[in-house]
Amino acid sequence: MPFVNWLKRHLVVIAGLLTLSYLLLPNIVVTVFSFNKPKGRFNYQWQQFSTDAWKDPCGVADMCGSLSLSLQIAFWATVGATVLGTMIAFALVRYRFRARGAVNSLIFLPMAMPEVVMAASLLTLFLNMGAQLGFWTILIAHIMFCLSFVVTAVKARVMSMDPRLEQAAQDLYAGPVQTFLRVTLPIAAPGIAAGALLSFALSFDDFIITNFNAGSTVTFPMFVWGSAQRGTPVQINVIGTAMFLLAVLFVLVSMLIGNRRGRQKA
Amino acid sequence: MATVTEAEAPPLAPQPAPKPPKKRGRLVPYWLLLPGLLWLVVFFALPMIYQGSTSVQTGSLEEGYKVTWHFATYWDALSEYWPQFLRSVFYAGAATVLCLVLGYPLAYLIAFRAGRWRNLIMILVIAPFFTSFLIRTLAWKTILADGGPVVGALNTLHVLDVTSWLGWTAGDRVLATPLAVVCGLTYNFLPFMILPLYTSLERIDGRLHEAAGDLYAKPITTFRKVTFPLSMPGVVSGTLLTFIPAAGDYVNAELLGSTDTRMIGNVIQTQFLRILDYPTAAALSFILMAAILAMVTFYIRRSGTEDLV
Repeated sequence: MPFVNWLKRHLVVIAGLLTLSYLLLPNIVVTVFSFNKPKGRFNYQWQQFSTDAWKDPCGVADMCGSLSLSLQIAFWATVGATVLGTMIAFALVRYRFRARGAVNSLIFLPMAMPEVVMAASLLTLFLNMGAQLGFWTILIAHIMFCLSFVVTAVKARVMSMDPRLEQAAQDLYAGPVQTFLRVTLPIAAPGIAAGALLSFALSFDDFIITNFNAGSTVTFPMFVWGSAQRGTPVQINVIGTAMFLLAVLFVLVSMLIGNRRGRQKA
Repeated sequence: MATVTEAEAPPLAPQPAPKPPKKRGRLVPYWLLLPGLLWLVVFFALPMIYQGSTSVQTGSLEEGYKVTWHFATYWDALSEYWPQFLRSVFYAGAATVLCLVLGYPLAYLIAFRAGRWRNLIMILVIAPFFTSFLIRTLAWKTILADGGPVVGALNTLHVLDVTSWLGWTAGDRVLATPLAVVCGLTYNFLPFMILPLYTSLERIDGRLHEAAGDLYAKPITTFRKVTFPLSMPGVVSGTLLTFIPAAGDYVNAELLGSTDTRMIGNVIQTQFLRILDYPTAAALSFILMAAILAMVTFYIRRSGTEDLV
């Protein structure tokens, strides 16, 4: 029974590829339906091929405004969380200080908390303070939940760093500032970049915490949520498809650059 | 999110020796920690306290709320919304099990069998993250549409007869049933399972498999006695990373479910943003938090990976 044997040998591969297609199926649907011309307000049923939405991606009222707002918030949240998180990570790995356990759990807890709990409690704080909900409250919330992820990413990288490299730099008469800028920071850079990238993705895509703390401000995920009630324009799929392609392209290019660098070093 | 598991990795290089105490440098760690920790204290810890206080307040929106230590709110909230609590645990549990069953082969494939395709598959696992998850969840409405190919196939294979009998689906429909919600939850949190699994599988020395084979272990025995136990850290953090967000989620239940599939997240959201009953909402959110923390602590203790944190 050669077929049964073949099946046995490749069972894991087949199951894995099935899971992969389960993961990718919605993206394929999103892409295909970006070329749809729906009859009613909702873009859930295939009608006929059309490139209208691709020719006029901003043709829906308020959508591109919400997109640019989301990009701005994601940018500033990434900057804030990366700076604060990197500082904490360095303090945790490089120094000994009191209350280390408390600091560690304060960083772990936001990652172990359901979003809806953080969202609701933050809203009670803002309501109690009488804060005006909008851009700033969203930004504050996003920096808060991105922070822990940056700390974990940077910490992992700095921990695996050989301390002898810095000692060598100091032996070669580099001052503390020079050592940090020319040795420590470049080695920690991949961890910092990973944390920043994760922050950007998390902030840009966040819905639950934003929904609670945005007031009447509309980010892109909130626009999509609202359109699920009012009617989904095809342009949403155009944006979704474009983001997917950009992400794949970005990763491919950065991997090519990384490969070339690796080869040059070798 | 693989980073969460990387935290538990043993440091590859020895920790730097404690520096000789310098007077000037002793405050440096505190200055480094201060801004970030202040942020977490003010915008994460303090809100929890505010929420606790809100949950024992009474009053109305017009006249304002006062702390009256009205603990009955908790009892009322629990006795009214226990079905939603139970449903959340059940759906999130089912989604977590499904994620493990579906995610393990893919993580295994990437770690051991993908060869030069490894990076490409990795990209395909992560890239969907960059398309808004709401858009992707809405795509499930198309995939599971009434009379669509998926529902048609399930009907022909009589799968829907079985699931209807179990109460997971209703008649010829998959949308607006528990099955659709669990399917959406599984889909949304699958990468959070795959990445930690992959990180811990990738660390396993391939020679252990060869050694097991040399000692006449069948592939299934090798998996049961060598691979799976060694991947336990990934299984634990993967299940946590899937279960916690799934239990608090209300997006899938709202977009793919019906009023019969409302989870506790939906209740908290409605109470907070539409009904504006803040004490009840705060009490529900507090119960959810306590339940999750208790479950997580118990689970981590049981699985013996306390160094996870």
